Amino acid sequence: MASQEQSRPQRREADPDLPDAPLPPPAAPQVSAADLDSVLDEIDEVLESNAEEFVRSFVQKGGQ
Amino acid sequence: MTVCRVMGIETEYGISAPGDPSANPMFLSGLVITTYARAHGLLIGRGGWDYTTEAPLRDARGWEVGRAYADPSQLTDIEDPTLANVILTNGARFYVDHAHPEYSGPEVTNPRDAIVWDRAGDEIMRRAAALLNPDPTRPTLALYKNTTDGKGASYRTHENYLMRRDVDFARIVRGLTPFFVARQAICGAGRVGLGQDSRSPGFQISQRADFFEAEVGLETTIKRPIINTRDEPHATPDTYRRLHVIVGDANQSDVTTLLKVGTTALVLTLIEAGACPAGLDLADPVGAMHEISHDPTLRTTVALRDGRRLTALDLLWAYFEAAAAYLSGPGAADVAREASPGATAEVMRRWESVLTRLGTDPMTCAREVDWVAKLQVLEGLRSRDGLPWGEARLSAIDIQWTDLRPDKSVFQRLRRRGMIEDLVDDAAVESAVTTPPEDTRAWFRGECIRRFPQSVVSASWDSLVFDIPGRQALQRLPLPEPLRGTRAHVGALLDASPDIASLLRDLVLEAD
Repeated sequence: MASQEQSRPQRREADPDLPDAPLPPPAAPQVSAADLDSVLDEIDEVLESNAEEFVRSFVQKGGQ
Repeated sequence: MTVCRVMGIETEYGISAPGDPSANPMFLSGLVITTYARAHGLLIGRGGWDYTTEAPLRDARGWEVGRAYADPSQLTDIEDPTLANVILTNGARFYVDHAHPEYSGPEVTNPRDAIVWDRAGDEIMRRAAALLNPDPTRPTLALYKNTTDGKGASYRTHENYLMRRDVDFARIVRGLTPFFVARQAICGAGRVGLGQDSRSPGFQISQRADFFEAEVGLETTIKRPIINTRDEPHATPDTYRRLHVIVGDANQSDVTTLLKVGTTALVLTLIEAGACPAGLDLADPVGAMHEISHDPTLRTTVALRDGRRLTALDLLWAYFEAAAAYLSGPGAADVAREASPGATAEVMRRWESVLTRLGTDPMTCAREVDWVAKLQVLEGLRSRDGLPWGEARLSAIDIQWTDLRPDKSVFQRLRRRGMIEDLVDDAAVESAVTTPPEDTRAWFRGECIRRFPQSVVSASWDSLVFDIPGRQALQRLPLPEPLRGTRAHVGALLDASPDIASLLRDLVLEAD
């Protein structure tokens, strides 16, 4: 199908030299599974105890 | 130009009264503003906004809407005495707008300063709320930095960028629309629920996307357009326009804010220079905006007018490539002498890095991009507890993510654990709570409020009105040039002025 033809914009791998721009930093360290488990436990403690009621009562007036 | 240009961020915060859902949000918002202002000796009653140069119904396409045909919420230039309105010593406007407390940050000149004075706004709001919550165990009021309640209401974070007036508005619309449709991939705040009123369960990238219903228009509260045409430059109208951007989310991570304003400033530079990528016109920009937001895998393709289909990342790469080419060619001289050295290189480096990793595994951006950080936590909880997207706890996290109280805020919990990358330190934010940026007219505005609090009877972005002892008439000082009134420009004069009368006399002499 013609409309599905992928004519993608150029990636930068081929031409990585923007003057004065340092190379991209290494990928940021990912969050470990242990860190995530630990923060989930913390969130359990901080989360409003009656989530359903809390969500229902969060009603705002519209703005810009 | 580069990423350095005059810009500002304005935010309406969500407000609620725990335990009293019937509380009047306009009244509560007024309390937030007036309580903070009184505690800091700032004028509320006599002070006010100088609406002389405001024109919310003037359209960048060349006409003005008749007031009778406007939605009442568009009439933002009417002084309502019940609404509090304060100018802060950091140059910001702090007031009630549409039943929300609002912080309109001072004019800054670069993305890092945009982060600093945006976070200063969060801190000011947090302190204002704390004054009203003397007993934190029985809070009477809570503020949220989000842009929807998930039930059909949306409120703003807007950005403003100063542009050259001589750029044809149609060119701005054409150059910006595909970018604004795709930009959410790098700066969405993340949202639980699909549709304005969350009628379908799920997660989406942007809080705001579902509220956009038009491509171009003057409205900001109804039929929201991707490109807002409000033509209210708050500066010399023959020289400047202020691009009023309403598609953005309220962001919390520094890197996300840097990407949001930095990449937008660069795209505006491309438009001004005639170097914007061509051929990216979308077949259905509004539909594309919703589709992209609804797919956190970022694999969704949207149709272009020429029949091609591209992902949000494809579109953003096209803008990135155009920016890289421009900055290494015609824009190189501007980069070499930009006022904040390295600012453009930083945005380009971050932009490239985030686009690359979003294209392989979005989760590697969890420390930098707001929506990814939120999705990671929500998916963690879903897999740990086997929760479907319709589960209330997930929506509760979505709301509590932006609670300004550090102990309640899910985002701040992550940040404190080093799971969010900071770009600016807390000391800079603390200073910006009371101090204006030094390199725009916000410096003069803020310093006048700090030094002569009793003499500034009203202000606007481009004027100050003084009450001078012994003089009958008020004196209005226009400030039409955003880059004048800086510390370098008037600092010595202010330091040498013992009182407001001599300051104004010396300013007039200097102007002559």
